[in-house]
Amino acid sequence: MQDLSVATSWFHSFLLGYIPEWAAVTLECLLIGVGLLLLYAVLALFYILFERKVCAAFQCRLGPNRVGPWGLLQSVADMFKILIKELITLNHGDKFLFELAPFLVIIASMLAFAVLPWGNGLEVINFNVGIFFLLAVSSIGVLGILLAGWSSNNKYTLIGALRSGAQMVSYELSMGLSVVTMVVIAGTMNVHEICMAQEHLWFIFSGHIPAIIAFIIFMIAGTAETNRGPFDLPEAESELTAGYHTEYSGIHFGFYYLAEYLNLFIVSGVAALLFFGGWMPLHIPGFDAFNNIMDYIPSVVWFLAKAVALSFIIIWFKWTFPRLRIDQLLTLEWKYLLPINLFNLVLMVVVVLYRLTL
Amino acid sequence: MEVTTKGMPYEAWKDNEYIEKLVQELRDNGTNVVVGSLDKLINWGRSNSIWPLTFATSCCGIEFVSLGAARYDMARFGWEVARASPRQADFMMVAGTIVHRMVPVFRRLYDQLAEPKYVIACGSCAISGGPFKKSYCVAMGIEDIVPVDVFVPGCPPRPEAMIYGIMQLSRKIKVEKFFGGVNRKKSQEEFLASHPIQETTHE
Amino acid sequence: MANTQEKIAKLFPQVTVSQGNAGIELTLADQSRWHDLASALRHELGFDFLVTIAGMDWKEEGLGCVYYMVASDRHECLSVKVTATGDREKPYIQSVFDLWDIATIFEREVYDYFGIIFVNNPDMRRLFLNIDWKGYPLRKDYDADPATNPISIESERQTDFTESWVEKDGKIVKEIKRIFQPDDFVINIGPQHPATHGVLRFRTALDGEIIKKIDVYLGYIHRGVEKICEEDTYPQTLHFMDRLDYFSGQIYHHGLCMLYEEAAGIQVNKRIEVIRVLMDELSRIASHCLFIGTYCMDLGATTMLFYALRVREQILDIFEKTCGARMTFNYACIGGVMQDLHPDFVHDVHALLDVLPGNIKEYNTLFTGNVIARDRMEGVGVLTREDAISWAVSGPNGRASGWACDVRKNFPYAVYDEVDFDEIILHEGDAMARFKARILEMEQSARIIAQLIDNIPEGDYLVKVPKMLKIPAGHWFKMVEGCRGTFGIYLESDGGTIPYRLKLAPPCLPAAAVVDHITEGEKIADLITIGGSMDYIVPDIDR
Repeated sequence: MQDLSVATSWFHSFLLGYIPEWAAVTLECLLIGVGLLLLYAVLALFYILFERKVCAAFQCRLGPNRVGPWGLLQSVADMFKILIKELITLNHGDKFLFELAPFLVIIASMLAFAVLPWGNGLEVINFNVGIFFLLAVSSIGVLGILLAGWSSNNKYTLIGALRSGAQMVSYELSMGLSVVTMVVIAGTMNVHEICMAQEHLWFIFSGHIPAIIAFIIFMIAGTAETNRGPFDLPEAESELTAGYHTEYSGIHFGFYYLAEYLNLFIVSGVAALLFFGGWMPLHIPGFDAFNNIMDYIPSVVWFLAKAVALSFIIIWFKWTFPRLRIDQLLTLEWKYLLPINLFNLVLMVVVVLYRLTL
Repeated sequence: MEVTTKGMPYEAWKDNEYIEKLVQELRDNGTNVVVGSLDKLINWGRSNSIWPLTFATSCCGIEFVSLGAARYDMARFGWEVARASPRQADFMMVAGTIVHRMVPVFRRLYDQLAEPKYVIACGSCAISGGPFKKSYCVAMGIEDIVPVDVFVPGCPPRPEAMIYGIMQLSRKIKVEKFFGGVNRKKSQEEFLASHPIQETTHE
Repeated sequence: MANTQEKIAKLFPQVTVSQGNAGIELTLADQSRWHDLASALRHELGFDFLVTIAGMDWKEEGLGCVYYMVASDRHECLSVKVTATGDREKPYIQSVFDLWDIATIFEREVYDYFGIIFVNNPDMRRLFLNIDWKGYPLRKDYDADPATNPISIESERQTDFTESWVEKDGKIVKEIKRIFQPDDFVINIGPQHPATHGVLRFRTALDGEIIKKIDVYLGYIHRGVEKICEEDTYPQTLHFMDRLDYFSGQIYHHGLCMLYEEAAGIQVNKRIEVIRVLMDELSRIASHCLFIGTYCMDLGATTMLFYALRVREQILDIFEKTCGARMTFNYACIGGVMQDLHPDFVHDVHALLDVLPGNIKEYNTLFTGNVIARDRMEGVGVLTREDAISWAVSGPNGRASGWACDVRKNFPYAVYDEVDFDEIILHEGDAMARFKARILEMEQSARIIAQLIDNIPEGDYLVKVPKMLKIPAGHWFKMVEGCRGTFGIYLESDGGTIPYRLKLAPPCLPAAAVVDHITEGEKIADLITIGGSMDYIVPDIDR
């Protein structure tokens, strides 16, 4: 298994040879920041195209295929367009909050990017409450949505925002609890260590029943958390025109558009981390030759492939199910998922205590 | 200057004279038609990403739905991102009759669209009142209400005709210079100045 | 029938009774007895389904209305002609809003067109035209000069008040009433809204997510078809039928052609009838396909739209080969059909019938059985049988509430009495039942087509019709079963080549009007479920 921390520490010592440490750290931070931003943009463009293509496939259509080879440049063209669209300012809205809201949303998802396990030794910050930090920052996003709905001074956006608030706050519980369930089996909140703990077998296999339950709940909660169908009430097109971002145009809207897809990536990235080993290649105890072959595939590829595969499932949900109603949505969370989750947590503790893991 | 379209030879277009005339006019007015690669890049992006506003009043709207469906699949061109909010849409496909009561609503929708915005008058009702020419409350064409970029005749136009119409719009966008003033902005402003909305006070 | 005639003659000796093409016709000269007569008709004689109120302007003989009603249990049709009291400035008739719920809306429509005031009707606003509209367009002396009512881009005046005219001390006085309470949170749904299926507008008073009241605001696509028809020759009026409910174009054409043929005494042969019925049923399947698609899309299952449109495209192909158009066919014409069937027609229809059962099964697996779909649709927007009849909600919507209202069965026309099919009747009356009723109806339509397709009789596709068709003076009424319910047409002719008055009674107007009644107390998301399940077509409502 290639450890990319070798490369990063070599780069660090290389810089130290020329400049003092503070300058080296600052330069590294800048590089990482730029790198993350680029990755962020590229991933978003990829995801937009990916969703459009997948959706087209589900609907027996072709999807974008005219712009660039096989339509690959479609989302790039969209980006150019959206960048130069007029930004409409509202007369009677709260201007400051209106401008602030999209940035909150985008910052929340960008911060969450920092702790994703990109590859072996590629964590941006490797600190001991990584997964907790991720949950914490990703919940800033709801603020952006609430503010957007409020500051637009529009009844539709307000309803959309309130729905969204209720939905995200509720489903964060489920998400948090299923993360806690997995933290129990990992015994750590450090992202790197969670990956390392799955060196022999991914948690979805080693944690068997409770892990599978936690995985299903995590996927449901994650779909709800990203406001995607069948839980896309906040922007339910057929009810609320475009929900909380009805009044946003140009790049402000673009931010919401990007954040939606990036959140999708983050949720599937976290699911990949907790249940499918993050960047950890597929290892099966006893099959050493197989394990060695798997190690040849770079860890970055492993992580991205897992995340995209899981996103595919979430996209699949969206294009299959009809939308829930707000009361049904909350019933699902509070009456079903939450009790099951609590029970599952106890089950996991029992499994771990009695060493029933595989 | 030749306006090229992917997968469609220049001669296959029916009204090249029009687009050439447009380019010529823009040149005569002193506005340079798309020079430089940045302009080219931006116009490439703009002309390939035109999102419609979901707006349909009658029969033509159903053909517009068919346009999105598998057989005609406007997603191929990247037009399938139909936005329900006018703030996020690029063009408005006026699919259907605009009647007396709808006119203020329609105009407001147009005003709500974010620049650069375009209008396609789709179907004979939107062009001239069509079969309802004799009616007491149908607007005889939307040209008097908003500036129109492309007309698509038919009652209702076939989805193929709609595709052709939107492709024509795409061609028109391609020859516009974006930085230093969108060319058509002037005529649009003139139009809006001659069709103002008076502030009215209703008790 | 004779029984009814006797009873009426006994109860109201001053009423003139005669026999028309659709049933008994009563004439009431004095409108002050109208409410009593209507009450007797409604409660004692069981005429519970008010099909339409056709406002009339008889010039010197004054203004008035023709009411068409049907007794839902014995399929008997009856019409009442009532003349308004008062001069042309302020004519009035007693309102019957308390007998038939739908009369409230129908009377508003007549008021809008003719300026006839309905005394006691609680909501006497204009229905389709602006509040400040000058004149009543369907009156014969209406000034159609565009300068009178110029097109304006200024927002229309809005009001939260409505008028009502009541009789006090022998005088008709105006009262002002509130539509919404001052502290209501009113949200505007439409006219440009993805879920209203066109330009319909609901002004919705909300309490949180609960709907308190809906004010259905119409007229955003009111094109004045009835008035234009009075200026066109008979064949010219036909093509408007394609543009009302654009899915039932074939059926509406069929209905109007039958009416003209009956009035002009033209006999069509069996082949023409069979072709027309085939086209009707094909368009019914296509229409229900689109309903399934758009309805599922409203509920968030976008993918279903594309699956449903697949079948629709196949039907449109069949149409296109024969009629030459995808939507506005203009196929049936007076005395037959425009073109003979395309040679591929039989083969194509067979191909359709082969794939249809599989597709219907797929729809059921994908959507009807889905737990989310069932949660959202079952028990939502329940419309009882009594309400359905009183609100005149016919077609699949009415049948989903347990009301056997299929015109094809009750008043058979063309060859419907010779083919074997079931009338789909469900009893739940909720959104799910309305959805299922349409799916089941597709199967029945396929059954009708299967019986006819191999037995299309030989003959001409067009019989000889005079070039300039004249219809003798008189009046006729005809009902056909459109895709969305009973479509009634009332024709009054003065013997010329153009109709004196052509009243179209669309099925979608009641379907939209009833939304207020069945959404009360439901959630705002259910408005979409309910509105979608009523499947109204806005140009059909507004005409």
